[in-house]
Amino acid sequence: MLSASLLVAAALAYIGLLFLIAWLGDRRAARGAKPFAGPWVYSLSLAVYCTAWTFYGSVGRAADDGYGFLPIYLGPTLGAVLGWVIYRKILRIAKAERLISIADFIASRYGKSTALGAVVAVMAVVGTVPYIALQLKAVASSFELLWRSTHPRPLPFDQLSLLCAALLAVFAILFGTRSVDLTEHHSGLVLAIAFESLVKLVAFLAVGWFVVWRLHGGLGELFARAAADPKLRTMLARTGSNDGDWAWMTFLSLLAFWFLPRQFHVGIVENVDERHLRTSAWLLPLYLLVINLFVLPIALAGRLATATAGVSGDSYVLALPLAAGRTGLAVFVFLGGLSAATGMVIVESLALSNMVASDLVLPWLLRRAGPAGGDFRSPLLVSRRLAIVGVLLLGHFYAVFAGNGVSLVTIGLISFAAAAQVAPALLGGLYWRGATRNGALAGLIGGFLVWGYTLTLPTLAASGLLSQSFVDHGPWGMTWLRPSALFGLEGLDPLSHSLVWSLLVNVIAFIGISSLGGQTAVEVRQAHRFVDVFRLRESEEPVWSADTPVASVRELLARFLGESRTESALQGWAQERGADLQREVYADPELLAYAELLLAGTTGAASARVALTTVAQEQSLDVGQVVELLDETSRALATSRDLAEKSQQLEAASAELLRVNERLRELDKLKDDYLSTMAHELRTPLAAIRAFAEILHDNPDLPVERRAEFLRIIEMENDRLSRLIHDLLDLAKLEAGDEAGNQELALNPFGLAEAVGEAVESLRQLSTVRGVAVEYRRGGDPLALHGDRDRLIQVVVNLLSNAIKFCPPKIGRVVVAAARRAAGRIEISVSDNGPGVPAADRETIFERFRQLSRPAGAPAGTGLGLPICRRIVAQHGGRIWVEDAAALGGARFVVLVPIAPGEIAANTSREAMDSRGGAEWSRSAAS
Amino acid sequence: MSPERLRPARLVAIFLLGWLGFNTPPLRLVSRDAWVAGLPLTWVYLFGVWTLLIALLAMALRPPRRE
Repeated sequence: MLSASLLVAAALAYIGLLFLIAWLGDRRAARGAKPFAGPWVYSLSLAVYCTAWTFYGSVGRAADDGYGFLPIYLGPTLGAVLGWVIYRKILRIAKAERLISIADFIASRYGKSTALGAVVAVMAVVGTVPYIALQLKAVASSFELLWRSTHPRPLPFDQLSLLCAALLAVFAILFGTRSVDLTEHHSGLVLAIAFESLVKLVAFLAVGWFVVWRLHGGLGELFARAAADPKLRTMLARTGSNDGDWAWMTFLSLLAFWFLPRQFHVGIVENVDERHLRTSAWLLPLYLLVINLFVLPIALAGRLATATAGVSGDSYVLALPLAAGRTGLAVFVFLGGLSAATGMVIVESLALSNMVASDLVLPWLLRRAGPAGGDFRSPLLVSRRLAIVGVLLLGHFYAVFAGNGVSLVTIGLISFAAAAQVAPALLGGLYWRGATRNGALAGLIGGFLVWGYTLTLPTLAASGLLSQSFVDHGPWGMTWLRPSALFGLEGLDPLSHSLVWSLLVNVIAFIGISSLGGQTAVEVRQAHRFVDVFRLRESEEPVWSADTPVASVRELLARFLGESRTESALQGWAQERGADLQREVYADPELLAYAELLLAGTTGAASARVALTTVAQEQSLDVGQVVELLDETSRALATSRDLAEKSQQLEAASAELLRVNERLRELDKLKDDYLSTMAHELRTPLAAIRAFAEILHDNPDLPVERRAEFLRIIEMENDRLSRLIHDLLDLAKLEAGDEAGNQELALNPFGLAEAVGEAVESLRQLSTVRGVAVEYRRGGDPLALHGDRDRLIQVVVNLLSNAIKFCPPKIGRVVVAAARRAAGRIEISVSDNGPGVPAADRETIFERFRQLSRPAGAPAGTGLGLPICRRIVAQHGGRIWVEDAAALGGARFVVLVPIAPGEIAANTSREAMDSRGGAEWSRSAAS
Repeated sequence: MSPERLRPARLVAIFLLGWLGFNTPPLRLVSRDAWVAGLPLTWVYLFGVWTLLIALLAMALRPPRRE
């Protein structure tokens, strides 16, 4: 049995628990401890987005319309995706400028304009009142539903709503308006809001679980039962839905998620660490997904159950457990709904009261009181508290008089559409320096008027406050002015219709009026500070003139912050700067700028500027001067970017140098090796000559035969020495030609076939002595070629003599062939049936002084023949290599040279470089 | 390019994917009387895309190694 006292006790106990949590959170913050579970609490506090509307209204919408409730949560999900890109910029600006509300943000962006702040504040209050009414209505009707289940006599709705409003006002005042400084974070309040988000989630999941697995046998069974009903089946298939309205609703919810006053308050003003966005960006969408999982199932169950036949879909969440006799669950659900409503109302009224106090009341007070005015702290606090009471009272009246006959979701969307009106001015102000105060004012006012005309008038008519004929036939019978079909635009649902017109008017006015120009110096400066927030530097041009006594500044601050806070703030500032404020008579511009920032945290940017002008002079810069100053800043920025680029290039160049140096060392070592090898090669024959000459000298009586033999050896070694020197000189000459870039080649056209034959003939003698059969295979083609005839003959002679040397005596066979190949090249090959060249040595034999062990009796080579060949071939733009001779079984040396001189010129230098192995280094050295 | 400088582009890509996924034409394609494992296709689709989006978002916003 559910008694009224139990219900009230549960509600009060819950509110008491909230107080306790908020108190614990504040105490923790007062001790200076880090906020509890920062990113998680931040993400959950953002879930204040889910209000009683979500808790009760989503199911109502789903019962009528199937999936229609979802875009309201898909929008914020998409908003969270862009959070790191766009929302973070808003956050960064708000922190830098100490902004305290969305009205403050817009006022500050457009030259700290009090008019703009006031307009946004009024819009926010008017736009949010229906939303607060929705919460009161939801709480009151859920309480009444519980009450009616056991009591025959109904409760008066208006008294319940009023009671609710009063309780929430007390809570909001107690936790939101204790300190006068608004940038000081309300850790306790945020913690309580996060807790409320958990409660509403768990409560909703509990109903979902109960409905799906207790009333029905699971999701599949529930859907199957719904499918049996043709109407529900059509709804689930979503065949008749309007995708245009769906898209508009998604877009609208995205904007609302960013720009509703309470979202701005928890998301921006109460944010303590930008990095929390990383967590909230996925955690909040996850929260939204989970809380929406059971919406459709509950709606289906409500429509299927006979017990809820005549009941509005908005109350299924409560009616289903009640009908099943689950009183305990019903009370828990009621608390869940209560937490959803209280969380919203508390934060929303707080955010609105800040705007009302800072942007409506304070400018008026400042104008009235003037420089002589007294302490502003208590008027500020009182006006905030009164604003909370006032906003809640307005909500109450709206709920009682205008909220009848309209569903929860419809009311909520009206507020969404109002919040969306700030989007052009705010987003435009983030990225467009040229956006002006007048443009923003025109856009906001225009959009807001269209919103009021197209969206709120019809709801007023629906609840009987306005004649219905106004909606049906337009004012004074002018049908083209019908609020729900403006200028005859029909076929859209009222929300999309209103959004199309209001945002269109808003954006056109904003851009159009802005494009007329007319920015003041302050506007230009603020535009720069907002748009370039990620690139701002510390050095700012002074805003205030340095002729204000420090004492006046101190006195002004104390009137808003109190003596002790002023003192500690100024001392902290002086310490950081190493300044002594006791000794200074006049405040410097930096101190004045700091004072303005301090004030802004309490009064908002626009009022802070007004307040400071009562004691200080603004620098009288005109727009041109400010623009010039900012240009200088951006030039400095560009220079620093250039510098960064240059240093990057330098780094790359020095890395390149390091590599080149490494390569040079390597080359140096190679050169040393070469020299020592050469010395060794020269010394061997010299030593032999000297040794035999000594023997001959010391032993005059040697037999004639021995003497002749020794002399023959000396002659042979002498030959070898002169060959070596000749080859060395030859190679040096070729290399010198490479280095200088001009080859020592005498390029002439000639027939290669004949030249090769000449080379073969010149070695006939040697081959006969060694008993090696040399065969020259040539076709009829003369193989005309443009090249150095003697040098190419030298190559063939070299290769052929090598082949003869390495062939086994008596049975040795060598085949020389020359033939035309593809791509204008001629191939000369020398094959033998000798031992062949092992695969590992095929590259190294072309290096200097690398010789394979030769067969016994073969004359010693110089170890320079092949390097000379390679160089000559390279200078002709050709290639030389060795491979297995398939037919003969020995080695096959192949030379491939181009016939056209152009190709020679193009290829030579590259191949010559390659043969030195230093291609990379020479390329980089050239660059 | 450092991951930090690529992040905005990735997020915009995920946003576009989400906007497309939650709207016509894909939404129109799944808006029909079809069932997946006893559940309505539209319902499964919408919550499926939503889950995918959250997973991508969590990956795209992982903090850099050194911070």
